Amino acid sequence: MTVLVGYVPSPLGEAALRAAIEQARFREEPILVVNTSRGDAYADPRLAQEDDLERVTRELTAAGVPHSMRQLVRGKDAAEEIEEIVEAEDVSLVVIGIRHRTPVGKLIMGSAAQEILLRVPCPVLAVKAG
Amino acid sequence: MENLGNLLDGFANVVTPMNLLIALLGVTIGTAVGVLPGIGPAMTVALLLPVTYGMEPTQAFIMFAGIFYGGMYGGSTTSILLNTPGESSSVVTAIEGNKMAKAGRAAQALATAAIGSFVAGTIATLALVLVMPPVVAFAISLGAPDYFAVMLLSFVAVTAVLGSSRVRGFASLLIGLIIGLVGIDSVSGQQRLTFGLPQLADGIDVVVVAVGIFAVGEALWIAAHLRRKSGEVIPVGQPWMGREDWKRSWKPWLRGTVFGFPFGALPAGGAEIPTFLSYATEKKLSKHKEEFGRGAIEGVAGPEAANNASAAGTLVPMLAIGLPTNATAAVMLAAFQQYGIQPGPLLFTRESGLVWTLIASLFIGNLLLLVLNLPLAPAWARLLRIPRPYLYAGIIFFATMGAYAVNAQPFDLFLLLTLGLLGFGMRRFGLPILPLIVGVILGPRAELQGRRALQLSGGELHGLIGGWVSWLIYATVVVVLLWPLIGRFVVRPLRGRLVTG
Repeated sequence: MTVLVGYVPSPLGEAALRAAIEQARFREEPILVVNTSRGDAYADPRLAQEDDLERVTRELTAAGVPHSMRQLVRGKDAAEEIEEIVEAEDVSLVVIGIRHRTPVGKLIMGSAAQEILLRVPCPVLAVKAG
Repeated sequence: MENLGNLLDGFANVVTPMNLLIALLGVTIGTAVGVLPGIGPAMTVALLLPVTYGMEPTQAFIMFAGIFYGGMYGGSTTSILLNTPGESSSVVTAIEGNKMAKAGRAAQALATAAIGSFVAGTIATLALVLVMPPVVAFAISLGAPDYFAVMLLSFVAVTAVLGSSRVRGFASLLIGLIIGLVGIDSVSGQQRLTFGLPQLADGIDVVVVAVGIFAVGEALWIAAHLRRKSGEVIPVGQPWMGREDWKRSWKPWLRGTVFGFPFGALPAGGAEIPTFLSYATEKKLSKHKEEFGRGAIEGVAGPEAANNASAAGTLVPMLAIGLPTNATAAVMLAAFQQYGIQPGPLLFTRESGLVWTLIASLFIGNLLLLVLNLPLAPAWARLLRIPRPYLYAGIIFFATMGAYAVNAQPFDLFLLLTLGLLGFGMRRFGLPILPLIVGVILGPRAELQGRRALQLSGGELHGLIGGWVSWLIYATVVVVLLWPLIGRFVVRPLRGRLVTG
């Protein structure tokens, strides 16, 4: 069994990561860090850059939790990617960060968090930043 | 002095609320398309051509000029913050600009680019005012054979000097000339390349060609290459410059202006060559040579000034002779024709109000761009987060609407798609786009002048050679065409002799 964390390089992502480490220790399971982007914009702030990934690795190593990392840029939504992983692999818990969205923003861009909460077949832990 | 009076009249015309609003709209759209890689001012002007049918010509051109200038500003933002040039004219800016940004000096790089663009744009527009009257006086003295020669030179220069491959350049020009031929011949009344289709009898509308090649072609190309890793936009606060930055920037700005303006006015000018020249010069002259390659502010200031100055230079041959030297000018020329205005020396006597209002709007546009870009550069960079499918869906929508609006016949939509596929094929095989557009727009006019010259001489070929101007131009054409051979048989042996001697 694995704890999957949906990571984004922001305070929200860091909060999710910390919660995931806590859960992994408690359950004595390894962590799988997933960072995704559709890759169709010239710049995506949610795509972790190399130094972000290094920082995550350092944090996980310092916490002493066994971990692996996956960065996926395949033109799919974060929800689709995470759902696929959960269905294919043995995931016990998905940890994501959530934040307040305006109705208009949600209407136009959709909400990845909502998609994940509703679609993923295993329990989801939703964490707020700060 | 008469010009100054005309220019002041122009200012009086620009400073109406409606015209200022249109100038603001133009520079805003221009900056946006400049920021976005792959979408340039040429495509945007082509897309907006049908939208401006309802406007007065003056207002339409104020907007187009704003888009043209705005594109030059916007391109630098992407170069500096993303290391992907937003426009081909800001390729050089990315070299030092992105290094500066990575070293935490993005604010200074953006500031020197924006202020340098303003300084160069203003000086070059002043130069445009001064240079225009003599050029127009010269252009009036030209006859049909001279015009024919000038256009031939333009064809040759655009294909042979720019781009990496002459064969590809000429292939592209040939396609353009063929598209320009379609329709009923105005002299003999014969149908040419219409394949018996009545819809083709009037020729293919330039708007459909430009929109098809630029917009649909680019959209198909992006759709075929969508998956790639997104870059990182370097976060930046308010752009500003310290005293040291000012000291190191002002000379490169002025030198960049000197490079940019004349190259913009040459038939094979464009903004790319002067930016490279400016970069090389700054590298040579700099007191901080060790910084080049690691983020030297001179390497941003010079090229950014050069590309804006070249934009002003481009307008000299476009307004005075009706000769486009880059893709945006070519599409703007098509816009003149749409309004039934004949660009060329007579433009200044017949449409004096339009021309001077346009030139005055360049000064205003430059000021607006400085205000719009200096504090807001980080906000513009957010445009890069828009997923490309959304962006290109919008472009295809505008393209389709525009192509249909020209003649309101469904046939044009098939034509648009065909030309879009052609544009895709050209990108796939590395054919440059500019020769095609120049061929489509200048081809029929070159034919008109050439035939006029031949009619005057009763069909004798010597009619194509007018005064000394056409001799000079034909000599230039021969040199350009034979340059590879000259380089091989004359320059290289000479150099060899010098080395051994």
